[in-house]
Amino acid sequence: MESIPQETPKDSRRGFFTKLAAILAGAAAGAIPMIAGLGIVFDPLRRRAGGGSFFRVAQLGGLPEDGVPRRFTITADQVDAWNKYLNVPVGSVYLRRTPGNRIEALHATCPHAGCFIDYKSSTNSFLCPCHDSVFKLDGSLGSTASPSPRGMDSLEVEIRNEQEVWVKFQNFEPGKAEKVAVV
Amino acid sequence: MNGLLAWLDQRTGYKKIIHEALFENVPGGSRWRYVWGSTLTFTLVVQFITGIFLWMAYNPSSQTAWESVYYIQYEMTGGWLLRGIHHFTAQAMIVLLVLHLMQVVIDGAYKAPREFNFWFGFLLLLLVMGLSLTGYLLPWDQKGYWATKVATSIAAITPVFGPEIQRLIIGGTDYGHHTLSRFFALHAGVLPAGIVALLVVHIYLFRRHGLTPKKPLRKPDEAFWPDQVLKDAVACLAVMAAVLVLVLKYHGAPLGAPADPSEPFSAARPEWYYLFLFQLLKYFPGGSELWGAIIIPGFVALLVFLMPVFGRWKLGHRFNLGLLAGLMFAIGLLTYLAMAQDRANPIYLAGVENARLQAERIKVLARAPDGIPVTGAASLLRDDPFIQGPKLFAQNCASCHRYDGHDGLGGIPKDPQSGADLKGFGSRAWLSGFFDPEQIGTEKYFGGTEFADGLMAEYVQEDIASFPEAMKDELAKVVIALSAEAGLKAQREQDADDEEIIIEGRELLAGFNMACTDCHTFRESEGDGSAPLLTGYASREWMMRIVSDPEHRDFYGDRNDRMPSYGTEELLTAKEIGLIVDWLRGEWYEPGDGEEEAAD
Repeated sequence: MESIPQETPKDSRRGFFTKLAAILAGAAAGAIPMIAGLGIVFDPLRRRAGGGSFFRVAQLGGLPEDGVPRRFTITADQVDAWNKYLNVPVGSVYLRRTPGNRIEALHATCPHAGCFIDYKSSTNSFLCPCHDSVFKLDGSLGSTASPSPRGMDSLEVEIRNEQEVWVKFQNFEPGKAEKVAVV
Repeated sequence: MNGLLAWLDQRTGYKKIIHEALFENVPGGSRWRYVWGSTLTFTLVVQFITGIFLWMAYNPSSQTAWESVYYIQYEMTGGWLLRGIHHFTAQAMIVLLVLHLMQVVIDGAYKAPREFNFWFGFLLLLLVMGLSLTGYLLPWDQKGYWATKVATSIAAITPVFGPEIQRLIIGGTDYGHHTLSRFFALHAGVLPAGIVALLVVHIYLFRRHGLTPKKPLRKPDEAFWPDQVLKDAVACLAVMAAVLVLVLKYHGAPLGAPADPSEPFSAARPEWYYLFLFQLLKYFPGGSELWGAIIIPGFVALLVFLMPVFGRWKLGHRFNLGLLAGLMFAIGLLTYLAMAQDRANPIYLAGVENARLQAERIKVLARAPDGIPVTGAASLLRDDPFIQGPKLFAQNCASCHRYDGHDGLGGIPKDPQSGADLKGFGSRAWLSGFFDPEQIGTEKYFGGTEFADGLMAEYVQEDIASFPEAMKDELAKVVIALSAEAGLKAQREQDADDEEIIIEGRELLAGFNMACTDCHTFRESEGDGSAPLLTGYASREWMMRIVSDPEHRDFYGDRNDRMPSYGTEELLTAKEIGLIVDWLRGEWYEPGDGEEEAAD
């Protein structure tokens, strides 16, 4: 249908610069809205996680003497983008008395893939209902077949005013053999 | 490399596609006048890109839409730039659509066999206008909210099914979560999908019939690539540059105060390219709106739609040119009239100023340490003494009182002043004026009231006027002490510095010489109950009480002049009285307030 005239060498040099200019101009025009949007896409990397401070979780008297773990909810102020919520549940911990009468706190989130770990009284151990990771009472891996790469994450505990159990609550990155705090 | 490309071509046929895309014949060679279609496609792509990015941060519900847009605009990296590009490219699109349409009509590109292409283009124009209409509401600010209310109310006057149509559009009987969900689904889903579908056909038909060359041809034919592509690309870049200039000038897109159905908004206007329709409505008195809103615009749209049919007629092209010129003139004139009338309309201008003030204020409040409440940002403004105080004062107090000589909002009430000017009430400056024999009898204090002839005025005008110097110094200390009772935010530092003077002033106030406590009660010193309590004078509690019930025996008792008991008579709620009092006392959130307290 169409007949395109033969190019001379001069035309072709001119043609090369025209092509280059066309590509550059088009790319520049298209790149601007793309670049403007990348800020939004990568904005979450700029945000910092809360946590890492101590919360009052329980009274010593509320923990069974026999060392059976009990679950407690951590209530904290939470910033969700533009909202700030006061005293909302942000996570759970298991507290138990060790035989040496110390208090141990374990994060209830599975270090494998982030599911909520259950305590099973029948076996007196922890079980993650998602991928069947098993943890012993002290949080260490209960079997070599468990998919979790590490034991349950322990949290720092302080006893204040003799009766109050305070826990330093923070989240840890899942799926890693070592425990790395999310910041 | 060549082998790989050949392999790819054999499986995909990409070379043929590229060839077809790039080697379209351009009769008479590339020209700048052919760029409009490409710039429009480009702006559409820009809207898709920026729109999808915005989608990642936008939250359509009546408690989160404004809030998420606020967050995009002021908190997220480059959010203002992204929003600005989306906003101004939308406007550029309208301009380019008009240019494209004009060029098509002037060059006769709508004529046979290109009728369908014209019709598809016309439908695209309507869909793009639909995009702008739906997009205007999404930030859920006052401007978008009220402008869209108008637009959807117009839908309700459609014959037969009007109310049903309106209800379907807004997703319920009233504006709310589903209005936003629907508008968002239309804006980001239905309309873009429709546009893509129509555009595919539009471009297909364009390729089928080829470009309509502008005669006479100036050069031999060329391929689309590279010369016309370069011109198109430069034109797109120019559009983008123009958009960026606007974005930088306005630092993104405007965001007004959050939508609030209880908050009047006299600056409600549609986007500038809808002003002609807005203006047209003004000329149709009640009962005939249908003509201005639907029949006339619909008829004109039908005429434009029929241009290819008129084109078959001998003088058709001239008729169409005349129609286009007439239409452009009418739209231009109506737009001009709308703008000119607004510029001369004090109510509109006050509305714009009020909107600007609220938009600035909400930015400050949203950044306060407590963040935006879950109930939405509109409640921040509703509970803000800085915004609500003057409005309530103007409505309820300014028929007697003044604030710095005006009604709180800058207006002068029609009734003459007959109560004290309450700006700075309780401050050292206000009290110094009160105890000034020259001023107590003026309108600023007791001038307009029964108390102008009362004992207090007499005390100031006669006793204080003849105070010896030493007593005047004591009076100055009493003023400082009495003012400290108010605990005003603006005097917090001064009060802290003058602690000793205040203690001394309190003793003087309660002492025999000053005789204040002959009538007034101050702390342990009881007066005879004939004058207002001075303990906690002008403090928040004291003011709440006197506004609630000036006839209480702690205040004016049965000597109350005309002041209504706003609280006990339930003329105002405690919250409203609190807003007025906090405003008069200068107690509203300022940036840095919360942080100071946290640091303490």
